[in-house]
Amino acid sequence: MTKVTSAQEAMNDDVYLKALTDLLYQLADDDFLISFRGSEWLGLAPHIEEDVAFSSITQNTMGHALMYYRLLEDLSEGEADALAHERDPSSRRNAVYFEKKNGEGEYLTEPYYDWALAVVRNFLYESFKKVKLEALTKSSYTPLANIAGKVLMEQPYHLSHWKIWFKQLNNSTDEAKTKLQSRLEEAWQQFGDVLELGEYATELEHFDIISGEDDLKERFIQEVESTVKDIRDISFGKAFGSGREGDHTPDLDQALNTLAEVYRSDEKAVW
Amino acid sequence: MYNYLEYGGSDQPNVPEHDQEKYEQFMARIEAGEKIEPDDWMPEDYRQGLIKLISMHGISEIMGALPEKEWTPKAPTMKRKLGIMAKVQDEMGHGQLLLRVAEDLMKPYGKNRENIMEDLLSGDLKFHNVFHMPTKTWADAGMVGWLVDGAAIISQTNMLDASYGPYQRALQRICQEEVFHAQHGEAIIMALAEGTEYQREILQESLNRWWPALLMFFGPSSADTTGTSKQDTMIKYRIRKSSNEELRQAFLDKYLPRVFSLGLTVPDETVHYDEEQEKWVYEQPDWNEFKQIIKNKGPRSKERLRLREVAYENNRWVREALSPEAIGQ
Ligand SMILES: [Fe+2]
Ligand SMILES: [Fe+2]
Repeated sequence: MTKVTSAQEAMNDDVYLKALTDLLYQLADDDFLISFRGSEWLGLAPHIEEDVAFSSITQNTMGHALMYYRLLEDLSEGEADALAHERDPSSRRNAVYFEKKNGEGEYLTEPYYDWALAVVRNFLYESFKKVKLEALTKSSYTPLANIAGKVLMEQPYHLSHWKIWFKQLNNSTDEAKTKLQSRLEEAWQQFGDVLELGEYATELEHFDIISGEDDLKERFIQEVESTVKDIRDISFGKAFGSGREGDHTPDLDQALNTLAEVYRSDEKAVW
Repeated sequence: MYNYLEYGGSDQPNVPEHDQEKYEQFMARIEAGEKIEPDDWMPEDYRQGLIKLISMHGISEIMGALPEKEWTPKAPTMKRKLGIMAKVQDEMGHGQLLLRVAEDLMKPYGKNRENIMEDLLSGDLKFHNVFHMPTKTWADAGMVGWLVDGAAIISQTNMLDASYGPYQRALQRICQEEVFHAQHGEAIIMALAEGTEYQREILQESLNRWWPALLMFFGPSSADTTGTSKQDTMIKYRIRKSSNEELRQAFLDKYLPRVFSLGLTVPDETVHYDEEQEKWVYEQPDWNEFKQIIKNKGPRSKERLRLREVAYENNRWVREALSPEAIGQ
């Protein structure tokens, strides 16, 4: 497949552009929602050292979201901040599992957040992200391949952070094991769309923008297998539909209302 | 940051007779500018004063992250979201650094961080008055970075030569980072000051609300105001150099001209610089209210403590799972 080396060039082919744009929204929105949920955790982690480490990962992740929104900006989709803050829920392309609230309560009052959910979700997220980034380093869209290469450099640290948490808790008290297992089961019921590429899946593979869904899924399973032994027997459900195609839950509304509250408070303002 | 009025007690060191010689050697060392290390001999009131000062400082960094954290997920742009997250992370890091220093000092009493957290939740350990105040708008996120951190820089740089080595070294690092915090806050404030009518409105409203708390930040001028003050002991032991009022004057000197040049006002019509006395004249904040605030009876004391309490209780199973017994089982 020939390489597409600039936004200008990508915009010459309508189908290529549509497929690429859709994928970039998936990448940006996944990172943005995960890092938003991370920012709600700030100050509430199990201990201070973890708060500091978690926050640093969250900042990296939000930085990645910003890079993808900038790629979209280059493709004339609009300004990065507008893309992050203004789009309505149905145009968001993040997988549904990533918009899920951190637990009971709100970050401002009675935040009964669940560390087991944080560990399971972030571990699965970073595993999946690694696989996806590796595939993207070979993308036909070279601006994206370059960014994937950069982001991938931070990936070992992020992934090992959550993998250690997962293993530690999973090898500890019965209570910890039970909590992790039930969050894992919940994840599998909702994980289906994480592994999908949405409306343009065929085109994305055809244009070599990213490898196909089956390949990504197999690599994801290989990545997680050493930590989650029975993963090959799992069937990935889509309990709340596919975020890649615009299905979302009220949890996303809560996220967007919070993250855009100030942004929306004065439309003419520069912040 | 952080003042000392909670500590009470007399100014006379409580030194047993047979330690008098050690005490004199100790004073000679600190007067010569030497640093005291954790394993060195130190008078009991020095150790206890430091424990209170540093654990209050540390816990205030952690509680101080909460008002800004309220605005972190809501920050209006990606850049601001990233900036405020980094800042809050730094504050948690300061807390971590300081609690370690406090833990070392507490070792002879068999106490550790768990005790510090419990003292906070029980109300035995105070946190700084400014962090009991509510935040209402995004302007407060800027105000905290600009003026609260600005005030913190003034009181912390005053202790940069503190006689206790581990604290002095922690402060070196903290003060370096605080400079970025003040810049971060100032950038938010500048955008608001140069912004729309709404932005300027929330900025002025925020300053009006924070003003008394900022004056209170440095503590009362003397013991007469609230009954007790340990500032003199801390000066004698070379932890800090200046009095509360000197620090407050330095703050007003640095920031009032900036406040006025942005076209902002403070809610005190009497405030002015007296050329003859060479100091700022201002209306005293309500020091009775101050006493209430630091007794955890401030406008947001309960809610902020509740947040810590929920996090503490809610993560108990994680701490248990990480305990040596659980891992070894
Ligand atoms: Fe700090
Ligand atoms: Fe700070």
